[in-house]
Amino acid sequence: MLDFSIIVDYWDMYMQGFGHTVKASLLALLGSLLIGIVIAVFRIAPVRPLNWFGAAYVEFIRNIPLILVVFVFFFGFPALGVRLDSFTAGTLGLTVYTAAFIAEVIRAGILSVPKGQMEAARSSGLTYLQTMRYIILPQAIKIVIPPLGNQFINLVKNSSILGVIAGLDLMYFGDLISSETFVTFDVYIFVAMFYLVLTVPLSLGVGFLERRLARSR
Amino acid sequence: MKWKNVWKKVIGIGLTAMLSATMLVGCSGGTETGGEDKTKETSTTEGNTLEKIKERGKLVVGVKYDLNLFGLKDPQTGKVEGFDIDIAKGLAKKILGDENKIELKEVTSKTRIPMLNNGEIDAIIATMTITEERKKEVDFSDVYFKAGQSLLVKKDSNINGLKDIKKGVTVLTAKGSTSAQNIREKAPEATVLEFENYAEAFTALKAGQGDALTTDNAILFGMAKQDPNYRVVDETFTEEPYGIAVRKGDQEFLQVINEYLKELKESGEYDKIYEKWMGQKPKQ
Amino acid sequence: MDFIGAYSPIHLKFLFEGFLVTLEVAFISIVLSFAIGIVIGVLRYARIPVVAQVLTVGVETIRNLPLLLIIFFTYFALPEVGLKLDKLYAAILALVIFESAMLSEIVRSGLNSIEKGQIEAARASGLTYIQTMWHVILPQALRRMVPPIVSQFIALLKDTSLAVVIALPELMNHAQIINGRNVNYVIPIFLLVALMYFTVNYSLSLISKRLENK
Repeated sequence: MLDFSIIVDYWDMYMQGFGHTVKASLLALLGSLLIGIVIAVFRIAPVRPLNWFGAAYVEFIRNIPLILVVFVFFFGFPALGVRLDSFTAGTLGLTVYTAAFIAEVIRAGILSVPKGQMEAARSSGLTYLQTMRYIILPQAIKIVIPPLGNQFINLVKNSSILGVIAGLDLMYFGDLISSETFVTFDVYIFVAMFYLVLTVPLSLGVGFLERRLARSR
Repeated sequence: MKWKNVWKKVIGIGLTAMLSATMLVGCSGGTETGGEDKTKETSTTEGNTLEKIKERGKLVVGVKYDLNLFGLKDPQTGKVEGFDIDIAKGLAKKILGDENKIELKEVTSKTRIPMLNNGEIDAIIATMTITEERKKEVDFSDVYFKAGQSLLVKKDSNINGLKDIKKGVTVLTAKGSTSAQNIREKAPEATVLEFENYAEAFTALKAGQGDALTTDNAILFGMAKQDPNYRVVDETFTEEPYGIAVRKGDQEFLQVINEYLKELKESGEYDKIYEKWMGQKPKQ
Repeated sequence: MDFIGAYSPIHLKFLFEGFLVTLEVAFISIVLSFAIGIVIGVLRYARIPVVAQVLTVGVETIRNLPLLLIIFFTYFALPEVGLKLDKLYAAILALVIFESAMLSEIVRSGLNSIEKGQIEAARASGLTYIQTMWHVILPQALRRMVPPIVSQFIALLKDTSLAVVIALPELMNHAQIINGRNVNYVIPIFLLVALMYFTVNYSLSLISKRLENK
């Protein structure tokens, strides 16, 4: 059987880690949604240089490992004179990385709104930005919510990267507990349970939304 | 890596992957069958280590690869060198008559005990402090190096000892080391961040992610030698006797190691190795 | 920043050696997890009682865990229950466990996208269930699955970098060793490393687009 006394003895550490994991995930979600929307609009906007910039961002970030992005913020930025603490560097890395994936999700959502609507709105006197804001985005949001949910699940899992740069998250504390107790198996199983507490409800929620969306079509 | 061997093992791994996948399923499903008999597994030493070494004709030692002076892999030559390595080679010579009949494997503070207990290595010679806690897991030889915990800081830093590690000061170290526990006890106000290994911790210090790096002074001397922008403070605040670790109950092997250490000191060879790496004679 | 020092021939060779390990680990893991992923995906699709449920619970559990945790698990925790693996195999095992769960889900939803009528038609024409799967359903489904599968391969190749935490001598590990020597190397080295990953992964994604358009 698992040794549950570990979870009792180290409850504070588990909780501190859990709190940071939740915090990092939420902050990165907010940040990557903002950047993701901007990049998605860049990719679609009728301005060539913006298209290029958006495409370059998405393709570059999507094709390099997350840990590299996080390391750049943590080990690389100080060389440029910007010192970020572990938690901030980790959360920023997560944000920049996830934004590329969210941008793609949102772009796909926007493109799924029939083109005729854009033309109709423009010809009725709305500007490009107004059309985006009032006509296209509200419709796109419905379609993109399930895939965004998936990105959020990935984000929660990916937040474990903070553990590598002493980012005080669940993975970091799990690691500390295991090296203090010399128990690895049980400690990591408990860490896994804490992650599942976050990700399983999210997965079920996304599944539910996906099925509902499929039926409404 | 040789492809032939890789493929052979790949098939094995494929099978174990399936097995452990189902095992993981079992655990998360709430049945937890896996954790039951682990104490039995680790405590069984498979046969006599000394005989196995002789049979194999090779001593397998876990050493560090990221520690200047003790065990450092030179990316240019691929060679691992240091104080611990010289001690290990002498041991190979004692047992097998040839200091080159040795295989070095990289360990970290975190991996060394698991690697020893699962039989990947015969002994640990990796700046390992003898502690009561660890004695429950492994057996230690006599002390082969006396070290003490200290601090590495920037040359112009105003940190000169433990008294300067106050609130708001960030101290870096490696996971699974006694240094982390010590600094937490002695400077509870400070922020302590632990990294995967000392190299990462030192990179983080250089990147300005902390004000001091703490661990055994001998290790810190190595870092200071590597980068003269850093210095080791004079004060040491713990005693850290290093020992060679073997699997629990491995008495015969341990006896040979202790004999070897005694001979090494009596012959004066020890002082030579010490001076070669630390730049000074050992303090008596 | 010191580009010239960072890009010395010795460092480049060292990085390249790391990259070879990365590619090797990725290749072995891709082959294995693809095979296992198909088997699990088909078993779940076929809805064999008990087996399907057990697999579903397993796959969903693994899919909802961080890969980093699984790597720590295979390397640090499995020895505790008697399964000893060295770094390379611990890393491959962790990647295979995680990625085959991901791939099995892709395979399953790919199979689900094939109209059920085809199975009935094939069965009616005298094929066994396995023949139907192998000759009729799987080939069609796999074609549709090419883009998500290739994305998963790219993800896997990137994920090998997580093995840096167990000091597997792959690209990230070698990069960090060089970075440890001089802070002025960090940015140039990370730039080069990013470019190495990008080149391989972007090529993969281009190939995927080609296949899709055929």
